[in-house]
Amino acid sequence: MRLRRVILAVLAAGVLVAVGGLAWAWRPAIAPTSANQTISDRKTIDRGAELAAIGNCSDCHTKDVGVPYAGGRALPTPFGTIYASNLTPDLATGIGTWSEEAFRRAMHEGVDREGRQLYPAFPYDHFTKATNEDIHALYSFLMSIPAIHNVIPANQLSFPFSFRPIIAGWKVLFLSQASLENDASKSVEWNRGRYLVEGLGHCGSCHTPRNALGGEKKSSPYAGGAAEGWNAPPLDASLVTAHRWTVDQLAEYLSTGWHKLHGAAAGPMADVAKNLGQASKDEVHAIATYVASLSSLPDSKPAVITDNVGKSPPADIAAIYAGACAKCHNDRNDVGPSKALSLSLSTAVQQREPANTVRVILHGIQSYRTGGGPYMPAFDAILTDTQIADITQYIRARYTNQPQWTDIKTEVLKARQEAQP
Amino acid sequence: MTISLKINGKSQDVDADPSTPLLYVLRNDVGLHGPRFGCGLGQCGACTVHIDGRPTFSCILPIAAVGDREITTLEGLLEDGKPNKLQQAFIDEEAAQCGYCISGMVMRAQALLHSKPNPTDNEIRNYMRPNLCRCGTHTAIMRAIKRAAIA
Repeated sequence: MRLRRVILAVLAAGVLVAVGGLAWAWRPAIAPTSANQTISDRKTIDRGAELAAIGNCSDCHTKDVGVPYAGGRALPTPFGTIYASNLTPDLATGIGTWSEEAFRRAMHEGVDREGRQLYPAFPYDHFTKATNEDIHALYSFLMSIPAIHNVIPANQLSFPFSFRPIIAGWKVLFLSQASLENDASKSVEWNRGRYLVEGLGHCGSCHTPRNALGGEKKSSPYAGGAAEGWNAPPLDASLVTAHRWTVDQLAEYLSTGWHKLHGAAAGPMADVAKNLGQASKDEVHAIATYVASLSSLPDSKPAVITDNVGKSPPADIAAIYAGACAKCHNDRNDVGPSKALSLSLSTAVQQREPANTVRVILHGIQSYRTGGGPYMPAFDAILTDTQIADITQYIRARYTNQPQWTDIKTEVLKARQEAQP
Repeated sequence: MTISLKINGKSQDVDADPSTPLLYVLRNDVGLHGPRFGCGLGQCGACTVHIDGRPTFSCILPIAAVGDREITTLEGLLEDGKPNKLQQAFIDEEAAQCGYCISGMVMRAQALLHSKPNPTDNEIRNYMRPNLCRCGTHTAIMRAIKRAAIA
């Protein structure tokens, strides 16, 4: 009996997805605008630029050493490679023929001007929360930037993911267009922050774990996810870190990419911080207010600074650490050269997986080079794979009380593979 | 502690603490002054040498980590005691102002030309990014690399 009920439930869900999906799947084209007709005042355009920074749009929509917003960047997903579109107002290869209505539909519903379903690598499951006013500002900004002719390569997805109409089924399951209700029990700033984080900021895209179908697991929001091989640490109370984040610390970190008690934003987060550096202090502070509230605990725990220096490692590894790492990562718990901190403060070293530690050692931190921010040289040519794995384990044992990582060398090889152009 | 290093095709024993940066050993013990001490922190690239053909900051490479990998310094690029094509191109283009960074620039550029004999301007700019020049001779450095690439 029970089995039959389960089967029926699955069938019913399947029918629902199919019917709902059909309703979603058919979307008409919106007539092209012949040319860019938008005339907006400077204030709206500037506001749009700030919102684009908060949305980190240029990160995906710009190729390495490419023109901002001209697209073409390859985004690896578990389902294949997706190429980010050209957001400049070029008529042939960009969104120059898109009316504001078409742009709004893409942001809110994930459908392009011609009526085709868009892959949720474009995080419209978050952007759907953005107000029409903010979308108007974003649209005005995008229409104001120079049109760049840049033909975007076709996506490389395996079947059935290459068949766009199936995205309609995904939307039935994972796209909730309900707008955020104001929470009167919280401050205005918190509500503002929630709007930005849940909407344009799309923080959950990386920091919330995803299910097998690529939907965010709503049962464990901000419990930590993945981005381009890196681990996006949890933003909830499960985060292990020496110092708990305060609102002001988060605001400084988000707008500069660095805080003296937490270290540098690396990997994909470095681009987020660079973009948030373009946003106003008020907006970033609102974001920090909401994000800090996700991990707030009834009692503030004291800092856990670990240095198990007594555990004697193999002599050659200790020598490599001393010669390659310790000149900047001095252990006096002050800020070393290049804004390096003691590794006892590093979130990466505390994480369940070695992914971020391995990637920082391999690639260094280069993002702030021209801005005088934190810097770390890449060790990919300096140390061998085995040495990187050994140093990673040494740091883990010395600066945390967490269980040792396993199979670090496989992670090193994987990270090297990803870095291949 | 005695450590054996393969430097410019020859095996050499050095006696130093295993955490000593390769740069110090090259300059002070082996007497190779091509690689320079700039920042000592892997920021500037003046100390660049090749390790198994890859450009590497020798100031943050402890000798314990070198193992049996091949080290090549600026001196190792000489052909029959004379500057090689790239080194000569740097001389011909007068690509040095104070010259402090140039050894590292040559080493990094040589690694690029080994893997890509005819790079585009953009490829050169990207590849040379880790190495800094305070005098601003970048355009002359570009010309020198392109001269060696085409020649």
